[in-house]
Amino acid sequence: MAINHLAPEKTEQFADNIVGFARALRAAGMPVGPGAVIDAMSALQVIDIGNRSDVFTTLEAIFVKRHEHALIFKQAFNLFFRASEEWKHMLDSVPLPDEAKKKPQAGARRVQEAMSQPRMTETPQHQEQDLRLSVSDKEILQKKDFAQMSAAEIAEALRAVERMHLPQAELLTRRQRPDARGLRLDLRRTLRASLRTGGDIIDIHRLGRIEKPAPIVALLDISGSMSEYTRLFLHFLHAITDARKRVSVFLFGTRLTNVSRALRQRDPDEALASCSASVEDWAGGTRISASLHNFNKLWARRVLSQGAIVLLISDGLEREADSRLAFEMDRLHRSCRRLIWLNPLLRFGGFEAKAQGIKMMLPHVDEFRPVHNLSSIQELITTLSQPLPPHHRSLIRSAA
Amino acid sequence: MTSAATSSGALPASVDAMLELLTSRGYLAERSLATVTYLSLRMGRPLFLEGEAGVGKTEIAKVLSAALGRKLIRLQCYEGLDVSSAVYEWNSAAQMIAIRMAEAAGDTDRDQLSSDIFADRYMIKRPLLQALEPDVAGPPVLLIDELDRADEAFEAYLLEILSDFQVTIPEFGTVKAPHPPIVIITSNRTREIHDALKRRCLYHWVDYPAAERELAIVKTRVPGISAKLSQQVVRFVQALRNQDFYKSPGVAETIDWATALSELDARSLTPQVVGDTLGALLKYQDDITRMQGDTLQKVLKDATSEN
Repeated sequence: MAINHLAPEKTEQFADNIVGFARALRAAGMPVGPGAVIDAMSALQVIDIGNRSDVFTTLEAIFVKRHEHALIFKQAFNLFFRASEEWKHMLDSVPLPDEAKKKPQAGARRVQEAMSQPRMTETPQHQEQDLRLSVSDKEILQKKDFAQMSAAEIAEALRAVERMHLPQAELLTRRQRPDARGLRLDLRRTLRASLRTGGDIIDIHRLGRIEKPAPIVALLDISGSMSEYTRLFLHFLHAITDARKRVSVFLFGTRLTNVSRALRQRDPDEALASCSASVEDWAGGTRISASLHNFNKLWARRVLSQGAIVLLISDGLEREADSRLAFEMDRLHRSCRRLIWLNPLLRFGGFEAKAQGIKMMLPHVDEFRPVHNLSSIQELITTLSQPLPPHHRSLIRSAA
Repeated sequence: MTSAATSSGALPASVDAMLELLTSRGYLAERSLATVTYLSLRMGRPLFLEGEAGVGKTEIAKVLSAALGRKLIRLQCYEGLDVSSAVYEWNSAAQMIAIRMAEAAGDTDRDQLSSDIFADRYMIKRPLLQALEPDVAGPPVLLIDELDRADEAFEAYLLEILSDFQVTIPEFGTVKAPHPPIVIITSNRTREIHDALKRRCLYHWVDYPAAERELAIVKTRVPGISAKLSQQVVRFVQALRNQDFYKSPGVAETIDWATALSELDARSLTPQVVGDTLGALLKYQDDITRMQGDTLQKVLKDATSEN
């Protein structure tokens, strides 16, 4: 039976539910406009709404326009329209997520958060204020250490990280393109233009070099001492993987894992889930020197060949600090364009490089910066988007 | 199965024939490599060879072209490789002269002029275009060497050429190969090649050869080397590959080193001789420093022991 055969108040309730559902999808990050809601309502006029899977298919065809949203849609649909035999008794209350599930699927967290937002009761403006933090809250959040954030703050920080746009740090390539202020003469185009004037060269066409963003290679420490930060950094790396073409990400604890491909999935939760699936040593010990050795041996030639910037994200707490560590750091430093060490421990005022490992690594980095709160990540992005200095050992920043 | 397999021009009819063909030219291939090479010829698909430097990836293209009597066209890749150096380029200087000549002769027909100067003879043909042109000996062997050094833009362009073997030149028209060339692509993995290109090709990872095969290769490529020395050389090199070096020596290095030793009239490996010639094997200072003293003694002792 189609929707227009219901009693008027039921129809209204159904319409409300569709609108609420669309809002939930929007909150979960899917682009659902009012046009889609109208489409959905008119589509439900012509199908049998008694058949749940038909309704699912119909709504999916209308709301999902990109494959990576299908998963979110499915989760949201199952949460919102609980499987009930009697569709007409659709629940007006929002169902609670089933806590018994051992591992929430990717996307589930965001869908649940979206569901738990207030439904259409207050005016939209009022709601905006509820959802957004006030300015002063934001400032506090910017400065707050990741390790001391509450769950809600972390969620907000993650959203902020996802919103960060990475401008492009440009690198001159050896490829040419037409450029009026270029240095080289484009004889071919000059000649073709000269034919228009019967062979007299009037316009000189030039070629300039094309600029491309430098590749980024991130080495992220996932040992126990870094566990408070890992998820956030992964989100950050996912955001830059999304924005740029050439990003490789490696995780290391006791071993080295390449998760570049896993992070290329568009949905952050899904990307992180497949990341965790491929790593076997979360929050274990650290063997920086062995991991760097593996990276230098197996990967360095494959990912550093085109003037890559390396981000080494680690607290540098290495038990087995010996000359091997210095050697591997040196090799890494000499095989990339720029080596930036990001260390969350720098947040402590008066932090000194006391640990043996840190002392060994410090001489071999181009930059040493703190990375423990939103503003430091923002600073890092600014750095990454500045024109690259030529190869030279810049002074190591003191953690002022 | 002899004459048919090795007669010039005809494609081998089986994997064994392929092996025989390569062996007859002094290329001792693993059976797996012969298999993918055979398949690539039969299926008309490009062969994508990846592996460490010096394992014989480029060599196979040379051997194939010699054995089949085809022309070898080589495109060495580098960063910034573009259409004008990979496919074709107009000879602008000659064109300008032609324009001036036409002026002097009083020709003012513009269309005639442009069709004259964009003719075949003012075109400088680069490897990819040469490979598309018909050849009396049969389709040439196109070797695209070290593709990983080129950038992604070139890779995307190559994808297009490898799919329909034709090039469109705006001033000239479309050039299409009557018979697609035999394409061999090599890569040293200084970056990962895009999946889309690999999907078009038959992929094979070329590994270091086992000791027996390497010994056979040394004997084939370094004629006049004593059996004892060649055995020691191969053992020594195989032992080096088990060490954790930054750059292990490839087959090319083994051949170089064996050649160097036989030039020096060495009868067997001694610490003195090895120390003097290690630069033919190891190309990184760190690796050479690690091969001093005890390590060298130990490897040498294993290589020269009589068993």
